Amino acid sequence: MLQIILTLAIYMVLVIPMGAYMYHIATNKKTFADPVFDRVDGAIYKVCRIKREGMTWKQYALHLVMTNAVMVLVGYAILRFQGFLMANPNGIEGMEPTLSFNTIISFMTNTNLQHYSGESGLSYLSQMLVIIFMMFTSATSGYAACMAFCRGLAGKRKDVGNFYEDMVRITTRIMVPVSIIGGLLLIWQGAPETFQANFTVHTIEGKLQDIQTGPVAALEIIKHLGTNGGGFFGANSTTPFENPTIISDLIELWSMMILPGACVITFGKMTMARRKEEKAARAAQAAQNTPAVAQKAPAKRVFFGKQGRTVFAAMAVIFLIGVTVCFVSESNGNPILEQAGLNQDMGSMEGKEVRFGIAQSSLFTTVTTSFTTGTVNNMHDTLTPLGGMVPLLHMMLNCVFGGKGVGLMNMIMYVILAVFLCGLMIGRTPEYLGKKIEGREMKLVAIVLIVHPLLILGFSALAVMTSAGLEGITNPGFHGLSQVLYEYSSSAANNGSGFEGLADNTYFWNITAGLAMFFGRYIAIIAQLAIAGSLLAKKRVNETIGTLRTDNAIFVIILVAVVYIFAALTFFPALALGPIAEHLVLWMS
Amino acid sequence: MKSFGSYFKRALILTLALLVICGILYPLVLTGLGQLFFNKQANGNMIEVNGEAVGSELVGQAFEGDEYFHGRVSSVNYNTYTEEEKESGDYAGVSSGTFNYGATNEDLEARVKEDVAAFKERYKAVVGEEFTGEIPADMLTASGSGLDPHISPANAEVQTPIVAAASGLSEEEVAQIVENNTEHKVLGIFGEEKVNVLKCNIEIAEKIGAITTEE
Repeated sequence: MLQIILTLAIYMVLVIPMGAYMYHIATNKKTFADPVFDRVDGAIYKVCRIKREGMTWKQYALHLVMTNAVMVLVGYAILRFQGFLMANPNGIEGMEPTLSFNTIISFMTNTNLQHYSGESGLSYLSQMLVIIFMMFTSATSGYAACMAFCRGLAGKRKDVGNFYEDMVRITTRIMVPVSIIGGLLLIWQGAPETFQANFTVHTIEGKLQDIQTGPVAALEIIKHLGTNGGGFFGANSTTPFENPTIISDLIELWSMMILPGACVITFGKMTMARRKEEKAARAAQAAQNTPAVAQKAPAKRVFFGKQGRTVFAAMAVIFLIGVTVCFVSESNGNPILEQAGLNQDMGSMEGKEVRFGIAQSSLFTTVTTSFTTGTVNNMHDTLTPLGGMVPLLHMMLNCVFGGKGVGLMNMIMYVILAVFLCGLMIGRTPEYLGKKIEGREMKLVAIVLIVHPLLILGFSALAVMTSAGLEGITNPGFHGLSQVLYEYSSSAANNGSGFEGLADNTYFWNITAGLAMFFGRYIAIIAQLAIAGSLLAKKRVNETIGTLRTDNAIFVIILVAVVYIFAALTFFPALALGPIAEHLVLWMS
Repeated sequence: MKSFGSYFKRALILTLALLVICGILYPLVLTGLGQLFFNKQANGNMIEVNGEAVGSELVGQAFEGDEYFHGRVSSVNYNTYTEEEKESGDYAGVSSGTFNYGATNEDLEARVKEDVAAFKERYKAVVGEEFTGEIPADMLTASGSGLDPHISPANAEVQTPIVAAASGLSEEEVAQIVENNTEHKVLGIFGEEKVNVLKCNIEIAEKIGAITTEE
């Protein structure tokens, strides 16, 4: 337990400066690295003829969708023809159409659900030009959308920013440099980075062993940094070459946690800055009468910004509850194996690696599904029932930090819902950040919040009603339903981890999971940008004594309660039939 | 349609630019730096005996002989195979993963029961007395990757009498070999205590003369 606490404590130390740096990038403020990056970016703008004019939310969303569509086309072509292209020392063939469809949607939507196995399914060229490339661009797209969303909410400008400029700035100033540093650290720990073909060695017992290598580290770091999650190898970050030591494990953990957390801080600072400016403006007016007062600009250091702090705290509460449940459940082991004569003092070790043990495995599991990365350092299908329910639930909530950018946007949906519910209770028009929340916004929020469960439960129902769906289930009993729920939760939440036992490389699973990922991503992003655009256009109302405060501890509690109640109302019946029923079978019989 | 064309063109240009930066330049730069600064690690941390690679320090291997430590249960048999198995198709090519048995899956229970019985039998056959201790959890559960290079110290301790009896080494010598290849928690906090199976077995093989190292 101590190592879990310390890991999270070090994370807090890392995330605050990162949040400050990201805030400077999002708002075009000066940073220490500008002399280099301004030149790089300038060159890119020139070559690509990017005009850096502001866009409305509609233009922004259209450019985002169009760019993603072009990337999908290019990537699809490479996957289909990888057999004929270069950088293919292991002689991999082209990918089958529905699998290519699933794969390409999966990587473009930042899901990284993998129905193929990296060892036998992809050439090195595809790993680079499709997988690594999409890991960068899907994460950057998500974050760009989030920055536009925050600009809309913070409401300082008339537009929500320029999509192309955001893409370039995020790529060159955050993603690439951090990936190179982190990638080198992973190589230092033992992740291979080479273009040689796989090794075949003679063992000391005179047998042969194949050892897979490749440009693993390059993929590995961006996989976590961009909260992508698709592994170079089939078994993802459980394999020693993807995650060789406990140090590499921690690097991977922190790199997937840092940007989603930093997004919240960026948001807090952006809303804070607006309030400050308003204050300054008021002070300036007052200063015309008494000039001395205006000089006293507050020099207090701000870590979070009040609004960001509330959101961060609510996410942290849900996260900590999850990690505790998972850790306790895994530590208790499996009573069936105890009876079979296998001591369970170490906890449930099936599907886990010795070098990570129970503590770091349950932490990783909770992090990967809360931050919707989808990378795994142990096999989720083999988790104990309640240990497996935590990742499932966090993907159903999809707002506990969440993937790059989108997690924050989803949480803001719950914030608006919470504000709305409180507004109904006290009989006032709800407001958030000085803007009235009205029918139009609530309809959009409702769309975002309903689409997600609809995709999960609708497709799960379809899968258990059709023989094509049932064929994929490989574990008997209640666990089989968990496998199905997990697959669609992971798809709709754009997470990408799997209960890997599911035999999912079939037409049925490739297509339905592909659709869940697609709608889960783009319906939400477009609706959220629309909310930002709609709030941006509204006049600011002044805060009064009757305004619901959204920056105090009470609101944190309200927010957490709203999230859990909403989840319970939607998902409890499904969870009761899956993991909870399995838990009862395991411990009661 | 004019606006569609302009949208498309701008999207295509950005795509190509990012394709070059993220898909080509970045991995090549990282490979260059990695090969330069961390050459051994970047090429898989291979262990060589007499100048020939026998495995990777980081990747587990399947062992059959009683004189060697056995790693964890692997659904892919550590990608270890013989020529015959490759020809007959029993070895399907390089892979990774686990059995993915849920906690209540009957196949899991059956596999563990069978393995417990097999282990006790092997213990009796080699050591000559009944096994009375506790079998630690990592010994008969499958690893997530199928390539786990480690076992827990408790697991190594349980196997020590078998290894000692079959190799002719004393239990103290075997325990010393385990000690030599035990990796500790980082800063005493992060991770777990663990024993590297392949490194142990190479040391055993050298001691009993199964492999000879030229000076």
